[in-house]
This record gives sequence, structure tokens and C-alpha cells, in this order.
Amino acid sequence: MSELAIDIRLKRFPAVGQASAVTAIKDLRFAVRSGEFICLLGPSGCGKTTSLNIIAGLDRDFEGTIALPAAAGRPRPVIGYVFQTPRLLPWRTVEENIALVLDPAQARTGVIDELLRATGLADFRHAYPERLSVGMTRRVALARAFAVAPDLLLMDEPFVSLDEPTAERLRGLLLEIWQARPTTVLFVTHDTREAARLADRVIVLTTAPASVQAIVAIDTPRRDRTEPETIDRIRRQIVQPKPGA
Amino acid sequence: MTARSLLAGAGQRILSYGALLLLWEMASLVANPRKLPSPRTVAGVLADGIADGSLPYHIGITLARVAVSFALAMSIGIAIGIALGRRPRLDRFFDGWLVLFLNIPALVTIVLCYVWFGLIEAAAIAAVALNKIPNVVVTLREGARALNRDYLEMAEVFRLGRAKTLRHIVLPELFPFIVAAARSGLALIWKIVLVVELMGRSSGVGFQIGTFFSLFDVAGILAYTIAFVAVIQVIELAILRPLERRANLWRR
Repeated sequence: MSELAIDIRLKRFPAVGQASAVTAIKDLRFAVRSGEFICLLGPSGCGKTTSLNIIAGLDRDFEGTIALPAAAGRPRPVIGYVFQTPRLLPWRTVEENIALVLDPAQARTGVIDELLRATGLADFRHAYPERLSVGMTRRVALARAFAVAPDLLLMDEPFVSLDEPTAERLRGLLLEIWQARPTTVLFVTHDTREAARLADRVIVLTTAPASVQAIVAIDTPRRDRTEPETIDRIRRQIVQPKPGA
Repeated sequence: MTARSLLAGAGQRILSYGALLLLWEMASLVANPRKLPSPRTVAGVLADGIADGSLPYHIGITLARVAVSFALAMSIGIAIGIALGRRPRLDRFFDGWLVLFLNIPALVTIVLCYVWFGLIEAAAIAAVALNKIPNVVVTLREGARALNRDYLEMAEVFRLGRAKTLRHIVLPELFPFIVAAARSGLALIWKIVLVVELMGRSSGVGFQIGTFFSLFDVAGILAYTIAFVAVIQVIELAILRPLERRANLWRR
């Protein structure tokens, strides 16, 4: 199976005005198997979003390479991105926001209907984002990212600043949709419990400059990761990885 | 707005116009009727102009000129405004030009267009459009500078392409600026069109005003002015306002 290979040797932000230059990433290397769910775990400001932007192709000013294979029949890999804020266009309805990222042929396949149903938004398809609750706008962002049938799904702390029950429901929803529409996921978070709940493997990052501190594989099946005790056990495993793991 | 407050607003408006009319009537009693004819005299001229078709004809021609130069000024101004707002180097280079063109008096542009291109329709239209373009550019440049990067990044990741990004993200985001430019544009353009007609055309409201001026026909001047202002008001109320309302449906 083809792999996503990340090799960011150096990413620096030049000095601007009074602020001095910052090295955000140094020697961040890891590979991801196709279909794997990876959590990038690190404290706020450690360069997680910067890495995602580089992988997404939004930031090309870095040293290194990103090898991202495309699915068969696609000239270029397709990326889905769930940003920290939903970034929905306020002048387009829920349905129109999703349709915007699809070409007409894709839109006709019924994928919008399926995803609206899966995210529980079928009744809100004609609503404008400003009339939705915060949790609902996150669901629209999820639906939009899955709608393009991405080869790689990037998620940048998508459930941050939500109350815990809402965040937990959305995590469950994410896993549900992901199992129905498998794809490679890179999920950025600073929350160890969230990583413990979601990931196949957790990549723990060092503080800026970001590099790989540890890679922790989680063997516990996801259906067993609902109890707080289980999550806690996995969390300890992530925080204090066994030597050689 | 409730129906009652709308009605109250309309009542107030009618009262206010009535007061103006009364003031005019009283002033005309005191003044020389040739210099300030009474509202009734002007209404008579207005009715005659409508009956013999001359007033609708000249207003129609002027409106056509307003429409063409407005469309030209808006589309060219929007394009340049977005380009300057998005490209700081381009902006720095052309900023001086913009300040220069903003400060050229309308009269100079009109005279130069007529001298360079002759007393033809295209010169008249160009003169009006050239007068308005710098204003549109300045307004749209402000808007384009403030475009939300978050949306543009979203468009880039999801590979919307330039046309789709422009149509579905940039233009809707700039809509308030476009409306602002259109509003001030309409007000400015129809005034300039009249001057252009006065100086180099043989039809239109401006030409008529010029003729009345040479005959000291103040009633004619007032009749045409009132008719034209009314038409422009109707355009604002019947076209611009509903357009704005429709585009703002999504706002809470």
C-alpha cells in the first residue's frame, strides 16, 4: 500500500518588525500508511498547524518533501481539510457550502445527501451557517471535507473550544463517517485524551521547533475506547511511552 | 420595520416635501416669475413635456448613457480595485497614478476626451466612465485588502480554481463595497453625464438644460431636473435596494 511520507527538514518564519525569526519545525519525519488514523499531539504553539499547512500545500516556503500518493485514476491527490474554525461561507447555505467544493459530476452522485444524513443535517440543508449552532457548523465542515472523497484528510483541532459532550459526540460521528468512507487522517490535537480516543498511532511532537518525540501505536480497538478508565490507561501509555515503542 | 413605522416614515416624507413646495410657492410670489416660476407653472411644463414625448425621449437617452458608463466604470473599476488590493507591489506602483486621476477635475477629462476623440458618443461615455473609475478602484481596493484569508486558504486546499474563487468567495465578500461604489457611482455619474451632454451632445437632459439656459427658461430647467431626480430615485428604490436586500438574506 502506498504511503504518505512527511519529511520537513526546516521551516522558519522570518523576522517581522520587532519579532525575531522563529524555527517552527526541524527534522519532522514520519510515514503514514494508507487508511491510517494518525494524531499529531503537541502543546499549543508547537508548530502543528504549520505542519498541516505545509502538508496541505498552503505553505510552500520550507525545506523538505511531502510525498502524497493519489488514489488510482486521480492525476493529483485530493485533500480534505477541517480547519480549527469551520470556515463556511456565510452567504451560502449548508448544502451550497458542501456543493462548492465538488465538481458538478461529483455533486450529482448523491454524496451531499448521504453526508447530510450521516451528520444529521438533512433538515438544515437550506439554512445559512450563521443560524446554526457551533456544533452544527463543525458537522458541516466535516461533511464538506469527506464529500471530496479525500486521499488525505487533515484536521486541525476541529473540536477545540466546544463543550466536552458536544466534542465527544463529534468524535463519535467522525469515527462513524471515517469507517464508512475510509481515508488517511492526520488529526492535530493538544488533548491527549482526544488522541487516545481516536488514533491508530499517536505522533508526539516536541515543543517548537517541532520534531517527532515519540510514536505510540494504540492496540485497543476503538469500540472499547469509550470508558474513561480505558482512555486514561491509553493516555498514560502516550505520555510515558515504553522504551523502544 | 413594521408597517406602522413605514407608514409614519412615508407620512413624514410627504409632509417634508409639502413644506418645501409651500416654501417654493411663497418664494415665487415674491420673486420675479421668470426667475422663479411657481410650482404650478413647472408642473404645466412637465406635463407638456411628457405629452409631446420630448421629456421621456431626452431622459431615456440620458439614462442610456448613465447605464453604459456606469456598467463600464463599475466593471473596470472592480477589476483594477481587486488587482491592486491583492497585489501590494502593483498597488505601490500605481497608487500615485490613482491619486492623480482622483484629483483630475471632471471638466478636464470631458474636454480632453472631446478634443482627442471628437464630439462623438464614445468620447462622451468614456469621459463619464473615466471620471468614476478611480472612485470605484479606491473603494474596491479597501475591500480586497480586507478579504478573509481563511476563505482563500479553504478555496486553495479544496482546489476551487480562480474562476470559482472569484465568483463564489471574492465577489460575495466584496458585495458591500460594490454596493457602496454603485450608490456613490450612480449619484456622481448622472451629474457628470449632464455636463457631458451640455458640452458636446445634441440630445439628453444636459443638452435640454443648456438650451433652456440660453433661453432663460427656468421653468424648463426645473421641470427636467425634478423629472430626472425622480427617475434616479426610482432606480435606487426599485433596483439597488432590493438587490442589496437579496444579497444580504444570509445575515442574521
